[in-house]
Parts: sequence; C-alpha cells; structure tokens
Amino acid sequence: MSLRPEDVQRIAHLARLAITEEETQRTLAQLNDIFGMIERMRAVDTEGVVPMSHPLGGAQRLRADAVTDVPDRERNLANAPARQDGLFLVPRVLE
Amino acid sequence: MARNSQSDYTGWQVVIGLETHAQLSTASKIFSGASTAFGAEPNTQASVVDLALPGVLPVLNRGAVERAIRFGLAVGATIAPRSVFARKNYFYPDLPKGYQISQYEIPVVQGGSLACIVEGKGFEPYAKTVRLTRAHLEEDAGKSLHEDYSGMSGIDLNRAGTPLLEIVTEPDIQVDDIEQAASEAVAYARALHSLVTWLGICDGNMQEGSFRCDANVSVRRPGAGLGTRCEIKNLNSFRFMHQAIVYEAKRQIDLIDAGDRVVQETRLYDPDRDETRSMRSKEDAMDYRYFPDPDLLPLEIDAAWIERVRAELPELPAAKRTRFASAYGLSDYDAGLLTADAATAGYFEQVVAALPPGQAKLAANWINGDVAAAVNAAAGSIATCPVDAARLAGLLVRVADGTINQKAAKEVFAALWSGEGATADAVIESRGLRQISDAGALVAIVQAVLAANPKSVEEFRAGKEKAFNALVGQVMKQSRGKANPQQVNDILRDKLAG
Amino acid sequence: MNHVLHRMSLAELARHLAAREVSAVDLARHFLGRIERHRGLNAFLDIRPEVTLAQAQAADARRARGEAGALLGIPVAHKDIFVTRDFASTAASRMLEGYMSPFDATVVDRLAKVGMVTLGKVNCDEFAMGSSNENSAYGPVLNPWDTSAVPGGSSGGSSAAVAARIAPVATATDTGGSIREPAAFCGITGTKPTYGRPSRWGMIAFASSLDTAGLMTVSAEDAAWVLSAMCGFDPNDSTSVDRPDEDFTRDLARPIAGLRIGVPKEFFAAGLQPDVERAVRGALETYRSMGATLVDISLPNAELGIPVYYVVAPAECSSNLSRFDGVRYGHRAKDYGDLADMIKRSRAEGFGPEPKRRILIGTYVLSHGYYDAYYIKAQQVRRLIADEFQQAFTQCDVIAGPVTTSVAFGFGEKAADPVSMYMSDLYTIPGSLAGVPSVSIPCGFGEGANASRPVGLQLMSNYFDEARLLGIAHQYQLATDWHRRVPAAFAG
Repeated sequence: MSLRPEDVQRIAHLARLAITEEETQRTLAQLNDIFGMIERMRAVDTEGVVPMSHPLGGAQRLRADAVTDVPDRERNLANAPARQDGLFLVPRVLE
Repeated sequence: MARNSQSDYTGWQVVIGLETHAQLSTASKIFSGASTAFGAEPNTQASVVDLALPGVLPVLNRGAVERAIRFGLAVGATIAPRSVFARKNYFYPDLPKGYQISQYEIPVVQGGSLACIVEGKGFEPYAKTVRLTRAHLEEDAGKSLHEDYSGMSGIDLNRAGTPLLEIVTEPDIQVDDIEQAASEAVAYARALHSLVTWLGICDGNMQEGSFRCDANVSVRRPGAGLGTRCEIKNLNSFRFMHQAIVYEAKRQIDLIDAGDRVVQETRLYDPDRDETRSMRSKEDAMDYRYFPDPDLLPLEIDAAWIERVRAELPELPAAKRTRFASAYGLSDYDAGLLTADAATAGYFEQVVAALPPGQAKLAANWINGDVAAAVNAAAGSIATCPVDAARLAGLLVRVADGTINQKAAKEVFAALWSGEGATADAVIESRGLRQISDAGALVAIVQAVLAANPKSVEEFRAGKEKAFNALVGQVMKQSRGKANPQQVNDILRDKLAG
Repeated sequence: MNHVLHRMSLAELARHLAAREVSAVDLARHFLGRIERHRGLNAFLDIRPEVTLAQAQAADARRARGEAGALLGIPVAHKDIFVTRDFASTAASRMLEGYMSPFDATVVDRLAKVGMVTLGKVNCDEFAMGSSNENSAYGPVLNPWDTSAVPGGSSGGSSAAVAARIAPVATATDTGGSIREPAAFCGITGTKPTYGRPSRWGMIAFASSLDTAGLMTVSAEDAAWVLSAMCGFDPNDSTSVDRPDEDFTRDLARPIAGLRIGVPKEFFAAGLQPDVERAVRGALETYRSMGATLVDISLPNAELGIPVYYVVAPAECSSNLSRFDGVRYGHRAKDYGDLADMIKRSRAEGFGPEPKRRILIGTYVLSHGYYDAYYIKAQQVRRLIADEFQQAFTQCDVIAGPVTTSVAFGFGEKAADPVSMYMSDLYTIPGSLAGVPSVSIPCGFGEGANASRPVGLQLMSNYFDEARLLGIAHQYQLATDWHRRVPAAFAG
C-alpha cells in the first residue's frame, strides 16, 4: 500500500493539523516507510483471534452515583487562552 | 419550496426512524463526580474530567448503567452481559476530549419494542408497535453560547458528561400519508417520553433538553427500496416534531419531483420559519474513527443485577392499563388515559382507594374529565393539582352518597381548586349545596311548578317529551339546583300520569 | 558527609535521616545544588527551589513529630508527563508551555504522602514519544556517560538525572520501552511494573492501553522501596488493578538457586550488536554461576511487536491528543481565520514533528476502510504475542535478554529516519504489548568507540511478579557493581 499526497491531506484535515505542501511531501515519504514496516504484520494468520484491547482483561469497575466533585472554576479555567464570565472563548461557532 | 397542497404528495411513502437522547436522572455525571443539576453558573459543574484536562480518566457511574437496564427490561430488550464503550472522534469546541465516549458495536440494550396509540385527523385511533434497534449509554457535550463575547462565542461545559441513553428505532414508521406518518412518529415519541418518566430514569423536560428526538426521514414510492434519509435535529416539542417531519417529507418529495436527489445530511428544524435547513458545521464529521476506549474495560452486567432491577421495576403502563380495565371495569380508552403517566395513575388509585366499592368509574370520569380539563387549562400537571387525591375523593364520596348532585359537585370542585375550602364537606356546608331529597318538600315544589306552567303540561300530554325537560328545569330552578334530579324525575312522571 | 550524599543508596539515606545526621532540607539543598551545577545536561524542565525546600521542611517537621517512613525526606524528580500542582506540566511540548495543573497525578500524590520531596520536573520526549529524547520541544538531554550520545527516551531526563546522581530517584513512564531503553543507555536501573499497578491518573496520556508509570533508580533495591509506595489501587483509574498495596522488597533476599531463566532466541538474532550480546551473555553466565538454569525459549511473534505497536500506540495517541485544541488550555495560534482554522493552526504550531507523525498514522489506521485491516489486525497480533509470553512462563520464571540492539547512539544518527528510530524498541515493545513487568539493569559497557556507553540487561516476569523480579535483579547487583558506577564528571 502506498499513500498519496491527497491521503495525507485528508487525514491531516481529519486530525485538524494544518499542513503545508512541503510538509505533505516530507510526511508522505515517512508515512510510506512506516506503513511499509507495518505491512509485515498483516501477513499473520489471525483467524479467530480475539482482538486485545486491554492487557489484563477483566470487567469495568463502577462508581456509586454520588456528587463527589465540586469543581473549582477559577483554578480549572486558569490555563484558558481566552475566557470571560466563566466561559471559554473561541472564534464564533456557526451552527 | 414545500408549499404545494397535500394532494401533490399522494403516491409517496414516508419512512421514519427515530433516535432519542434521554438524559438520565443521575445525581452525578456518567464519568465524573460532578453534579448534573441544570442551570448552574457556567463551568461551575465541569470537573477536571469533564473539561478533559491533561491526565484525567473516566470512571463509569453505576446509576447510569442501572437506568439503562431498567429501560431495557421495560421494553423487553436483551441486556447485554458484556458491552463496550468506544470513542467517537470528532472536533467541536463543546466536545472537550475531541471524542465522545459512547457505545458503538456492542450497546448495553439490544432490541425490544414500544407500543403506542396513534391519534390524528382523518383516521380512527389505532395501536402501533415500533421495534427498537438498541439503546446505548453515552456522554452529553457542552454548549456553545452564541451571544457576543467580544466577537467570540462562549463555551460552557456544565452539560458535558451528563449521562444519555440514546434510544434508536428500526425504520418501522412507513406510511403513505405524510400527516399520518408524522402522527405515528409523535405517538412513538410520546409513548417513549411517558415510559422514561414513568420509570424515573429521565425527567422528560424537553425545554431543558432532557429528552431530545432526532428523526431520520426518507421518502419512496411504495414498494421501492429505502430512499436517502436526512436526520432532523432540534425537535424540542411534539408539535415541532410533527411540523418538521411534514416539512421534511414534502421537501424531499419536491426535490425528487424536480429531478434532483436527496443528499444524506443532518438538518436542523427552525420552528420560527417552520423549515429544516442543512447543518454545514457538521459536514465533515462523518469519519468518526470509532474504536474501543482503552480507558474503560468492557461493561459486564450479571444476571443477578438484572433480576434485582427487574424486581424493583414499577408496574409498567401496559400492565397497569390492562389491570385498570379489568379490575375496575373501565373502558380501554379510560384506562389508557389514566395510565398515560405515572402521576395520573397514582392519583387515580389513591382516589379509588378512598371511595366506597364500585365507584371507580365515577373517579375515572372525573379525573379524565373535569380534573384533566382544569389541569390543562392551568398548563399544570396532576402532580401539582391543587385538588389532591384526598380532596377529590372527599368530593366524590358526597356525589356517590347523594349528598350533592353533579352540578353542585362541579361548583365544589371549582371552589376547592381556588382554595376556598379545605374539604368538600366544608364547601358544601358553607355554600349550602346539600341536595334536597326530602320527598314532601319536592312534591310541594313540583305541584307549584305544574300549576304555574299549564301550557307545558298540555304539550307533554300531547306527546312532546321536550316539555318534560322544561318542567324538570323549572323544578331545579325553584330548588336552586339542590333537588335530587332522579327524585324530581320520578315525582314529575307520577304527577303528570295522575 | 555531604559530599557523598548523592552516592548513597536510598536505604543509606533513610538511615542517615532517621539518625538525624542529615535533614530533608540538607538533602534537598544538596541535590538542588547538583542540578544547578549540571544544568548543561538539560535534564530538568522546571525547578522551583522554594517549593522543594518547603516540602523538605514539611518532611522534617513530620519526622520531628515522630513519623519514621523509609522515604520521608528522600528527594525525587518527576517526569514531565505527570501533572503537578506546584510545577509546570508540559509533556516537553510547546503545546503545554507553562501549563499548571489544578491537581497532582496519583503517583506524585502517593510519593508526597510518604514524604518524598519533589526536586522538579524532568525532560523527556514530547508526549513521551521517542527513543532518544531528541523530540523534546525544550532541547535534548545529554547522556552523562558520553555527552555526544543520546540518553535514550522517552524518559531521558529521568535516566540522565539518576545516572548523573543529580536526583536519587526519578519517576518515569514506559509505553513501548521508555523506561528500559533510557535506563540501559544511562547505566541505571529502570523498572516498569505490570500495566495497571500504578495509577495512570494524572499521567498525560500517550497510548492508554500501554502507558505504565515506573521508576529510574540506581539499584533494584531502591526501586523496590519506592515502587511499594508508588503502586496501589486508585478509584480514579478504571484500569487500575484492585489489589492490596504490596511490599516489593519482600523477595530481595531470595536466592537465585533454582531460578529458571528463559532466553528467547529471537532476542539474540541478527541486528544485535556483538558488544551488547557479549555483555548480556556475561550477565546470564553470572546468573548461572549463582545457581540459575538457562532455558531456551521462543517468542516467535515478538518481532512483530514493532508493527503492532506502531498501529496501536498511534491510534490511541491520535485520539488522546485530540483534547489539545487551543480551546480550554494549551497553545492557541495568534493568527487564524475561523474556529476550525484556529484549531488546526494551534495544533500544527503546538505539536512537534513526532506527535504529528503519530497522530497522522493513528488517524489513518482508525479511519473508515482501514480500521479492520490495521487496528483490529494489530490487536489480534497483540494477543498472539501476549499468549506467547504466557506460554513461555510455563517453562521459566523470568525472561532475560538485551534491552536494546546497541548501546546509546549519537545525536542526529537516527533522527531523520523514523523507522530506524522505532527499531530501538525491538526488545522492549513485546513486554509492553503483553503488559508484563520488566526491569533494565546495567550489565557492562560497549566496546571500542562505545566503551563508555553502558549496556542493559532486560528481565521480564509474569504479571504482578514485581517483587520476585526486583529480587532477581537485586541478587545480580549484590554480585556485580555495574549499577554503582558513576560517570567521572558526576562522581564528585
């Protein structure tokens, strides 16, 4: 498999990464190398093998339904690039 | 567009599937310990987890799972012994992690169905069963506030992480008439709304967004394959839902008639303009790159937990309806109205319990009649009705034992509603509404009326039944409404025959 | 005594603290002074002496009140992947420059509870992605043994700080080898416990199903002490293992006699440099002389670990790094058009080349039409690899082999070729994919031009067998002195 420049542009857009023409070309070559290396894995026979999402298996532990966290807004918003009246500010959101 | 007359839309079938987001009534969020209370100051209920600060992790709320199980049992679905949380990846400023934790390949609730009564203009009410595909747990997003903040939008993440149960139907609504198709969709949505509030898993407040319906609408020629569907959002009342579906079906038919094709997209209903329009902001959010959330192990629900929830399940609307009809001798229609929501059903049962045996029909007539009318007129609910079950029962006891007649009863009800008296008996006493059942007194009034109305007497004897009613009216008037109507009838017939 | 404080084991330091011969403040001052003197290593990203000294005073006050924990007053440096309230938490990225977390990571919190004193935050590869520390947005860390060599990555600041004895112990994280490889390159002891043992709460996530907190220490004994305090059940982390706290020092004295050491033939195949192989085989001989049996084993799919890892880890990272959108914290571009453009530019400016590369790989393998072929396939092969470990542990108690194919490489040697850089983790990735515990201990040096560059021995045990694993490492360290060697420039 070989990626094309438009594939790189498409995934960069999906990943919300601005990418220049020059970066696209350089990235393309690297990604193709990497996918070339990954290709080896695809030859393995995995018929019937259950995918492993977690190293230890087991079931999810649940939390009791109780309010245990009263957020400190001032502290939580302290790193915001732009804020006003307790809100995070962003360029206008268009519906 | 879509302004043609109804007749232009014959020969088309409308197909609808519904997706409903019901906010679950937990105290805390689905993956954090922050409160879910509505209406707090911006971002004061957004914990570090809800804000997706670096290093945070989700821990699932047992209460949310339990509500999902409750729902699944109520609709006869399979509760998955093992279900998986996945990440749905997309960027939006009100989605703090850049992904929503949801369930994708293996949802917690699988299958099931919901019955509803479809009502509308131009057809008799009928029963309809809609099959459910699934219901899955997921987290809500925050809100973008579009007021102007120095030329920018504000982001409030209080709602982020509120638990949702997304309930998805099969495209089981397939009707050749647009209005009727919309009526079926609304009937399903109402039945679902009633069920989730009945179960106590959702407060059902549509204005606050606790119960949000999206409709997948497509059109086709009957017998043809499914058409391209559009997802209609922002249906925050049943009326808008009806209007939006009608608009959208017509829009699609108009498009096809004009030789265009329907594009699969998400459209927003605008109730002010009564139209749907494309949501361009979501245009490229189609490749969600779902994968199992590595922060959350599979959710396992054992049989013991399911049985525990089943044992705690309240009597469901359908079962209650059947029981009301058989145990109290009510019509299916009356039983249906009384079981439309849990509060009404409870109110009815309290009233009946306080009445002598055999008076359930009387209670049903009053609750579905005068009480419902007064509650609707006040835009209130049975839960906040000023005439509570005990007071209504006190009133109906006096109707049943003949102390007051129906006319006086209405007067007492109005007085109780306005807070004039604490009990029906107090109002009856203070207003002197006790019915005159003393035969001697009534005979005297009847004889006086007959003497004063010879013309009516003559007409009655000539065969005019109407004249009899006029005479009854006169007697009631003379008794100032307090005469026992049945007794007046009997005495009049007796005297006229004599 | 002060001049040798940095040459002492934690047990020795604890004894001096207990005897009131030295105070936590003395220790903090001593190490802060060394950090200052060796700034050229670029090991630390944030130092706040007033915070450190306040913590040291608090530790001394606790001791004065009668507390006597072994770690009370011992300094520790934290990898900048753990968030901290009192120090900036950047993940060595421009994206998080100056970021102050409103909470401490559980690992940081647990070590603070037993009285450890934070020296500051140490450098690493950006978002823990890298094998050389060259991916830090704040410049690479130098290897104390040879400043023309990389210290390894991603926990290069942690390994260099301990190797240079400017911190007696440092926390670290390992996703595919990020503790073991830099420990090997810097000639110290690196410990990666079982996945799920230490909490991930407060670790800036890279690949959630692999990320494991661990330690850089001089010795396995030191690691056992600190690991006992660091690990434990955390209700804030759904993947945290619900087991009682353990004393990982309990098997330190257990003899080696009767131990079965599995030697996987795949770890000694083509690609392994002869000087590394000689040092590792020498260590195996030492074990044999101590009474261990060497068992030939095979992990046939282990070599597929790298392709599997470079599907799974980027997939998870592409999603984990989506929260960095310039909305609530982190870098926001100065110039942008609309909202979408703001997000794209902020991410393009905030992330360095390696995170971007992995985000792109991950986005691709999860995208429509490729998910089954890449992501599902990788998770299936991952299970085959994990199953092979279980098979192997029926034949042996511990698996031993090299940590890396070569000693530390030079700056710039692999930076331009991602695939050759990725191969650095050939021997460490299989254990990460399985989630088993693993340590890297020094066992010699390279040869010729590499004579000053250390070699590491990797030991892997089955899940939850950390105490035994550290005991096995400790017994080797009783018999050898590789771990006590200090690069000349940092000895005094």
